[in-house]
Amino acid sequence: MSEVRRFLGDAGLVAARDLRIEFRSRVVVGQVVPFALLVLVLFGFALDADHRTLRMFASGLFWVAVLLSALLAVHRSAALELSDGTLDALRMSGLPPAALFLGKATAVFVQLMLLEVVLLGGLLVLYGVQVVDPMLLLVSGLLAGVAVAAAGTLYGALASGLGVRETLLPILLLPVLAPVLIGATRAFDDALGSVAVDGWAWTGLLAVAALIATVVGALVHGVLIED
Amino acid sequence: MAGRYRDGVPVVELRGAVALLGNFPALAGVDLTVESGEVVLLRGPNGAGKTTLLRLCAGLVRPESGSVEVLGHDLVRERRSVRRRVALLGHATGLYDDLTVNQNVRFWTRAAGLSAVEAIERTASALLRMGLSERLLGQPVHTLSAGQRRRASLAALVVRRPGLWLLDEPHASLDQSGRDVVDGLVGDAVAAGATVLVSSHELERVAGLGPRVVTISGGVVVDDTGPAVGGGSRV
Repeated sequence: MSEVRRFLGDAGLVAARDLRIEFRSRVVVGQVVPFALLVLVLFGFALDADHRTLRMFASGLFWVAVLLSALLAVHRSAALELSDGTLDALRMSGLPPAALFLGKATAVFVQLMLLEVVLLGGLLVLYGVQVVDPMLLLVSGLLAGVAVAAAGTLYGALASGLGVRETLLPILLLPVLAPVLIGATRAFDDALGSVAVDGWAWTGLLAVAALIATVVGALVHGVLIED
Repeated sequence: MAGRYRDGVPVVELRGAVALLGNFPALAGVDLTVESGEVVLLRGPNGAGKTTLLRLCAGLVRPESGSVEVLGHDLVRERRSVRRRVALLGHATGLYDDLTVNQNVRFWTRAAGLSAVEAIERTASALLRMGLSERLLGQPVHTLSAGQRRRASLAALVVRRPGLWLLDEPHASLDQSGRDVVDGLVGDAVAAGATVLVSSHELERVAGLGPRVVTISGGVVVDDTGPAVGGGSRV
């Protein structure tokens, strides 16, 4: 039991550190969130649509905006461990790699939740959508957030190790997140009442994706940061 | 003075250690044994392999062949058992730019497995020991000078109270008082029973510790003459 507590304590330590750095630097609040809102607005301009058309595509546009913005947050998270020998210091600290992974993924997850809340506000105001199933919206948003944060943290470490993080990360990560994009869009379609689908079934897919990304990430993160 | 480590094995034992940087053999078969409490000065020209040797002992470079044992553990199979007991001061600081000095040192203290209470106590003591003023502690690291960052980096290592210090040009970027602090730090570490491997071009400074001098060139040990530099006495 004490081992589990120590492990969770280590993960919490890393998450708190990343969030503290974000709080001080305000990259997500000052850059990522405005970028996401801009994407949402530009979609509206590009589609040149009235509210009915926007409402129909709102779920897909929301999740494309989330994924594009998540790339920035994930890149930022991975870059923290590349500055001035911090990765070597982490290796020397003896922190379990799985705890490091969970801590970093948790910090990205918290930032994604903030992003989702702001973007949902954007959908309500700009696209005029209405929430018909808040519970489905909440659960699918949380699960998709876990999947994106876990897969993003894993691939961020992978791309950092390859030394080509800025250009390669989207190419590596976006195809992996395609099932999450599809599942989250379908679940949101149901939650927003725009398309008649079984949103809870798609939420099950999101749960599986979140579980796989988290378990695989925790298992292989050590290999990625060591080699 | 130079005894055996707890369980009767040397603190560092390299046998035919080969390490590659890319395809280049930075270490080409190093044999080196360091006993507990020794101060070993690594000297040699730029590119001789000193930094790689220190990183190898820290478990940050994987040996291509040969054996590397540190603190009685095989570094290939048991790296994590060793690392928390080893401090490496390299060319980089290992600090997060957007965190304050205090937050950085406290994070590394907690990461080393110490409790929150211990972290607060040791952080305060280490920062004081490194001569960092109260005013600097709340400043983000990116606002500090290179010398101040170096001191903060050392503070983050001091809190761990390691059994083996690996110091790569520890006086770099430091002013006179900072260099004196480093010398005092090494002296204290040795007095407390720690072992020190230091790579430095400032031989006069290290000479005061009466080190065993090991010369490296071309990735191999070419001379291992014992305590010879300047005839200084061991701390």
